Amino acid sequence: MVKLSSRLCLSVFAMMLSFFVYAQDSLKDEKPQMAEAFRSSGKIYVVVAVLVIILIGLFLYLVNTDKKISRIEKNIK
Amino acid sequence: MFLKNWWKLLSFFLLLYTFTAGFLGKVPARPILNETIRNLYFHVAMWFGMMIFFIVSVIYSIKYLRHNRPSDDIYAVEFARTGIVFGLLGLITGSVWAKYTWGDFWSNDPKQLGAAIALLIYLAYFVLRNSLTDLDKSARISAVYNVFAFAMLFPTIWIIPRLVESLHPGGMGNPALDTKDIDSRMRVIFWFGAIPGWTLLGVWITTLRTRLQLLSLKHELHG
Repeated sequence: MVKLSSRLCLSVFAMMLSFFVYAQDSLKDEKPQMAEAFRSSGKIYVVVAVLVIILIGLFLYLVNTDKKISRIEKNIK
Repeated sequence: MFLKNWWKLLSFFLLLYTFTAGFLGKVPARPILNETIRNLYFHVAMWFGMMIFFIVSVIYSIKYLRHNRPSDDIYAVEFARTGIVFGLLGLITGSVWAKYTWGDFWSNDPKQLGAAIALLIYLAYFVLRNSLTDLDKSARISAVYNVFAFAMLFPTIWIIPRLVESLHPGGMGNPALDTKDIDSRMRVIFWFGAIPGWTLLGVWITTLRTRLQLLSLKHELHG
């Protein structure tokens, strides 16, 4: 089970790496307007930072709730 | 501990990946859509989650009808509930997206209507459930209803929207995942990041609710 799950995690991680490979090539068709200024000024990182903080917060809350329920389960048994 | 919970950690990392690569990664430049094409990782993932939860829900309903175990009924209800939450989020995010691409929050598009009808059918599942006071009867009748509600998903979100003209991408074929619209780098984030990430998050929330329900069931039985 541990082997299977770690192998799964590793293969998923390897697939994600391909994103960096793709990030190297440039856009071919540049006609439709994209948020290039937002990107070049680096402010898109602010958005990503905010989202990551929210995500971490939400997951911490879920972990907390999960632990509480586990405790009740133990107490009742 | 890790053996039982590794998928929760996986969900976190997949969503972390979706949120970072989803915004920092390059996307194909398309007219009208522009940067909103990134909504694929969030809006479309909601619908996939909803479909998966409804499928799991109907499996548990059938299981309940076969074996009469109260725990199966609890699983069916909670998965349907998470499915509705994801579906409503999909509907709301879709209409925000539609406002800035199609020009209106709601334009009576066949896909919007189909999704809304499907959600109403599932909301009726809860109305039906809660209107019956006898626990056993309520579980049994709502399990039968759930099978019909699931059957209604086929015409409302899988068949009719594919047959009629629509503003939605892929009006005459597969919605949203057309090769004309997205490319392989987006597909990787979508299939390996967003879909499993959001789905596992939904499963986690559902298991929290089912565990609480099972506890209260035990409490009722043993006092």
